[in-house]
Amino acid sequence: MHTITVTINGAAEYLAVRSNMTLLQMLREELGLTGTKNGCEAGECGACTVLLDGEPVNACMVLAVESDGHQVITVEGLAEGDELAPLQESFIELNAVQCGFCTPGMLTSAHALLQRHPKPTEDEIEEAVLGNLCRCTGYVRIVDAIRDAAGSSASASGKGGAR
Amino acid sequence: MTHATAAASQRIGGTIGRSVRRIDAHDKVTGAATYADDLLAARGPGLYYGRLVRSPHAHALIRSIDASKALAVRGVKAVVTGEDTPTRIGLYLKDRHIFALDRARLVGDPVAGVIATSEEIAEEAARLVEVEYEELPAVFDPAEAIRPDAPLIHPELGEYEVVNFIFPKPGTNISEHFKLRRGDVEAAWPQCEIIVEGTFRLPPIQHVPIEPHVAISLWEQSGQVTLWTCSQSPFAQRDLIAQSMGIPHGNLRVISPYVGGGFGGKAGVSMEACAVAMARAVKGHPVKLRMTREEEFICTNARQSLEAHTKIGCDSQGNLLAMETRYIFGGGASNEYGVNIARAAGYSCTGPYLIPNVKGDSYCVYTNTPVGSAMRGFGMPEIHWGIEQIIDQLAEKIGMDSAEFRRRNCVKTGETILTGMEMPAINLEACIDKVTEAIQWDRREPPSAPHKRRGKGIAIMWKAPAMPPNAGSSAVVRLNEDGTVNVEIGAQELGQGAFTVLAQVAAEALGVPYEWVRISAPVDTRYSPYEWQTVASRITWSVGNAVMAAAGDARHKILAVVAEHWDEDPADLDIKDGLVMSFKSEREQPLEGLVVYGLPNENFEGWKGGPIIGTGNFMPTYVTNLDFETGQGTRAVVHYTVGAQAVDLEVDTETGQLEILKIASAYDVGKALNPDLIMTQIEGGAVHGLSSAFEALKFDEKGRPLNNNLVDYRIATVADIPREIHGDIVETPLEDGPWGARGVGEHVMVQTAPAIANAIYDALGIRFSDLPLSAEKIFLALQ
Repeated sequence: MHTITVTINGAAEYLAVRSNMTLLQMLREELGLTGTKNGCEAGECGACTVLLDGEPVNACMVLAVESDGHQVITVEGLAEGDELAPLQESFIELNAVQCGFCTPGMLTSAHALLQRHPKPTEDEIEEAVLGNLCRCTGYVRIVDAIRDAAGSSASASGKGGAR
Repeated sequence: MTHATAAASQRIGGTIGRSVRRIDAHDKVTGAATYADDLLAARGPGLYYGRLVRSPHAHALIRSIDASKALAVRGVKAVVTGEDTPTRIGLYLKDRHIFALDRARLVGDPVAGVIATSEEIAEEAARLVEVEYEELPAVFDPAEAIRPDAPLIHPELGEYEVVNFIFPKPGTNISEHFKLRRGDVEAAWPQCEIIVEGTFRLPPIQHVPIEPHVAISLWEQSGQVTLWTCSQSPFAQRDLIAQSMGIPHGNLRVISPYVGGGFGGKAGVSMEACAVAMARAVKGHPVKLRMTREEEFICTNARQSLEAHTKIGCDSQGNLLAMETRYIFGGGASNEYGVNIARAAGYSCTGPYLIPNVKGDSYCVYTNTPVGSAMRGFGMPEIHWGIEQIIDQLAEKIGMDSAEFRRRNCVKTGETILTGMEMPAINLEACIDKVTEAIQWDRREPPSAPHKRRGKGIAIMWKAPAMPPNAGSSAVVRLNEDGTVNVEIGAQELGQGAFTVLAQVAAEALGVPYEWVRISAPVDTRYSPYEWQTVASRITWSVGNAVMAAAGDARHKILAVVAEHWDEDPADLDIKDGLVMSFKSEREQPLEGLVVYGLPNENFEGWKGGPIIGTGNFMPTYVTNLDFETGQGTRAVVHYTVGAQAVDLEVDTETGQLEILKIASAYDVGKALNPDLIMTQIEGGAVHGLSSAFEALKFDEKGRPLNNNLVDYRIATVADIPREIHGDIVETPLEDGPWGARGVGEHVMVQTAPAIANAIYDALGIRFSDLPLSAEKIFLALQ
């Protein structure tokens, strides 16, 4: 067991974790932060994407001990209290949510993008969620919602949805 | 149809037809939405975990199982085998054991289950269970499996319990044979000017929901059993598991929170029954069983493979005259839904065309591959792949525009279709018009580079809800002190938006704002009213009708109380925006208070009314059986939803890469209760359909999986989507749909693959009869 200190969604957590425990297991099983989803445990689907010091990572591919001394943001940490983040509002408003299982990972990937590029290009949006698989939406509304949250105007040549 | 429809249809107010916000969206963007794996997520001392021991052989007799080494591992609590579950289970045909009893029929068949204090210990111990197998010859291809000399996968087929509309052939691998005979094909062939014939093959593919299957079960000493799982069919799971394991239905409680993608893969029973059997071995302890992604691909269920041999002919004017087709579905090791998929493909075997002479044979055959089960479209994507390419070839050979050929021959309202049933009202021509307009069908556009070729293609479809004739729905509407409403249903939210639309139905039928309605979730068979299953695109229609009836019942009860109180006729009263009002006296009474406490008589001398609860149900009562020899009957199905898609694409001749420039879709949904949710189905379906054209589960010569992971089995990413997806909605009301609505959840991907194939042909002059497509295949065909 290792004793670690991690700042999760702004609050410091002191935890004893096994050497082989993943960050995903730590979040879900030790801290009850079940918003982060387990889709493959192989770094292939992106459902468990969280931010480690602002960088999107697959939590299933990071050991819990590696988060020692670092900042982790999960989907539960995107809203400010009861106030949803603009990204969350846009996902609701533009129906970018269907089954919801990829949504937490999509939101955290998109959040990282907007932190880095507040006015992302179409290519940057695509690249940001390329590692997040979605089987329901066809991605159309997800891209729309990220663009909407960024407040950037839709480019005429951009991929757009059925309207 | 019910009185509720007639009453409420006069009162379309604020909610129906409006794209209200999804009722589930807030929970889903904050991480608050609960899925099966989120239940008992924390490790606790009483919680056990399961892992399954799986057959490494595609077909083998199980000679012996020795679990002693596994049981000696510290932390292992029990090992369950087929001897613990000797009774068969299955939806239409009881053709399997929960754990393989004496024979394994696919690589991945569960032969034992290990229960331990952690997943890691269970996994380690599962490797120590020693199983002695005697390998048998296996068969994977449906066309080989149907041969009389093929290895027999179910020698006991004649003993299996089966419903009265499925016809297995004991002594063969055939689990269902549906025959359609109409007119006289032999007499019609000589009258045909053009006949096109082809063989089309589709590999098995997987649903790939982002959420893998998870089941948790607790068997209490009292005999009460609980199963928490991600299920499209909580009630069907209760029914089948209760029957197979001898549990009184009232003792088996199935609870299903949000489902993280279903697409048919979480319908019926797959690994959930294993969890229940494992829980029985460690009473008092919940057992959590989770599929790895590798297991999800091959050990839950898959879309069946198909070999279709189809021949269609038309006269010199382009009128379809005859069709002969033979569909052989590779149903897998057992056929949870496969038998009914073959049946559905049989009674809809012509696709959406009126053909006077038809000979159709649709088979489901056992193969030593993943269990063939329901997947979005239920046999229709498979059969449309060939039909829609043959239709294109007929049009070309007769010299007619292929969209015009489809307009001429497509099924129309009131026509007598292949089963002898009269076609309920639809407008497929309008769908064709919408997509040809959206894709600019008549315009030939140049490719973007000299080494690229551009092409357009069209395909149309039909699909009926495939289900037992009497699949029922029910609903309860409860009103709260403040006038808010809780709607109890057994239907499931898979992402399709069912909870939102059903809340809209309740709001409209009752007369309250949408925002006042809550859906009582999760679905819990102890408290939720009965629902057959969340499949077949039947929820908006069937459960919509049940909710409408329940809300209508509550409304009727409220109006009766107020009418008595005001000494008025209930017919003069209505409920709008949560206010009971009289057209006659113009009096008003808010629902608040009244719906729980009733109304006081004058001077508080007694009270009227009481807590308001409305109940309703819906079950189609008019579906008839079909003749075994001809497939003819008065009413084969409840209705059909129809639609069209057109594709504009470019092929890079140097790489074989496709770029989809645009997919235009149009579906006749009867009435769009929430138009934007339909658009999201249209978009998601177009990408699912596009992705499916490139997907295949691959196996080696021993039936071992080669690509059961998300790297080797690719599904569409954000980089693969069309540049534009256009959607149109056509509204020809359905006689017995709520406000005329019918389902569209599956239809949106049915004809995407053949529309792409037709566009590739337009671009290159090359036809592909076998799926999957790939850049490599297209490149090689160009050489």
